[in-house]
Amino acid sequence: MSGVVVKGVSRTFPGVRGGDPVQALAPVDLSVGEGDFVAILGPSGCGKSTLLRIVAGLDRPTTGTVTLDGKPVTGPGADRGMVFQSYTLFPWLTVVENIEFGPRERGVGAAERRAVAEKLMAQVGLTQFANHYPKQLSGGMQQRAALARALANDPKVLLLDEPFGALDHQTRSLMQELLLSIWETHRKTVLFVTHDIEEAVFMANRVLVMSARPGRFKSEVTIPFAHPRSYKLKTTPDFGRLEEQLTEDIRGETIIAVQAGF
Amino acid sequence: MKPLEPVSTTARVVLGISFFVIFFAAWAAVTFGGLVPKIFLADPVTMVREGWYLITNHGFLADIAVTVWRVVGGFILAALIAVPLGLAMGAYKPVEAFFEPFVSFARYLPASAFIPLFILWAGVGEKQKLLVIFVGSVFQIVLMVAVAVGSIRRDLVEAALTLGARDAGIVGRVMVPYAAPQIAEILRLVLGWAWTYVIVAELIGSSSGIGHMIIESQALLATGQMIFGIIVIGVIGLISDFLFKAVNQKLFPWSTI
Repeated sequence: MSGVVVKGVSRTFPGVRGGDPVQALAPVDLSVGEGDFVAILGPSGCGKSTLLRIVAGLDRPTTGTVTLDGKPVTGPGADRGMVFQSYTLFPWLTVVENIEFGPRERGVGAAERRAVAEKLMAQVGLTQFANHYPKQLSGGMQQRAALARALANDPKVLLLDEPFGALDHQTRSLMQELLLSIWETHRKTVLFVTHDIEEAVFMANRVLVMSARPGRFKSEVTIPFAHPRSYKLKTTPDFGRLEEQLTEDIRGETIIAVQAGF
Repeated sequence: MKPLEPVSTTARVVLGISFFVIFFAAWAAVTFGGLVPKIFLADPVTMVREGWYLITNHGFLADIAVTVWRVVGGFILAALIAVPLGLAMGAYKPVEAFFEPFVSFARYLPASAFIPLFILWAGVGEKQKLLVIFVGSVFQIVLMVAVAVGSIRRDLVEAALTLGARDAGIVGRVMVPYAAPQIAEILRLVLGWAWTYVIVAELIGSSSGIGHMIIESQALLATGQMIFGIIVIGVIGLISDFLFKAVNQKLFPWSTI
């Protein structure tokens, strides 16, 4: 089976200072086919980021397995690029050097990796800022560079952990369009974690709703809109109906999460 | 004046210099005014005159050179060993668990208290002076570098891992560049402390250097010379501080943006 297959994955964190262990993630199954764009939607603290980190290989599942194209995931690797919610560009490298980081680690020659970086910088609109340091960029520009950096390795899967979560609403909308246009060109497998319903419906082909802790998949919605999608889609009645349905689904979980004090 | 309100460059320079002016004025007032007998505290003019006398008649510049060489030599030896060890401790927790308790203990051993022992081991030559500086600096640098490296942002390491970096890449291309400006700052700080150790080492069993001159001058009750020696150390410290800062800014432009 190609793509990402998650089988019976759960995660329990040991108790802190003699406290009880916390189950962040109930055993979940998920398969993301090649070229699919799947969004995982859930209230904060529901374990959706934990699941993404397990797929990235940054965290180990307590039970279950993750495979990519049939091969088990045992640790992080260049075949799964990731963009984090926090700004993780290396502050000592310029934009172009940041984008070249992955290819350089893999031993790609200087000329070739520069060519890759230049192409990606053009795609995310950062060509003029190639020699800027991250601190000189706005939050949206930093996340665009982080996206280009993740793509520079030409990963099989792109893992996005609320990458636009720290951005203001307008910048976030533009970033969604940019990401969508990049997906429409590359057709990479994308696993996108978010708590923003509109964002999930606008970009994904499938939206999975996660329950409050311990996280499990509560429902799945297929998003029927054809690609390429325009931002105007967001104001259509069909879009509104899907949003409403997902809002209902997630609302109950959020109430549970808030009452549990997450 | 409000908390954290910035000050203009001109005002900063004027304020900084004015303290020196007030300081020397106060010094001149108490000495020329006769409040303090000359035997205890020379006046600024005598200090300068005796300083000039030291340089022209007693080869004091050579003493300064010897002291600078001792500080720099001992300090470089310490840095060569301490920085890599600190890096290893910051990056690898078992290494830290192995060295940290001993280094923490050794850090509190006063370098000056070792001087009699070092004289026994290494005589009163250069080796002993370098040893004092080395022992005084090495443990401090190790611990501070280990903390600086260990405090790396986890998300940066994780980002590097998802970009395919392996252990060597994580240490060499993430942890080292992340900690480099802090390490440079640590070295600047510890170099300042090294200056106090060298003078102590030169006060006991030495035939050259600024500290030696100061202890000789005490026998002659030449307070002007002693103060001149102390001020020379201060000036050299200030110059090395400026140099360090300038080099750091040149090497790590990203850290000061």
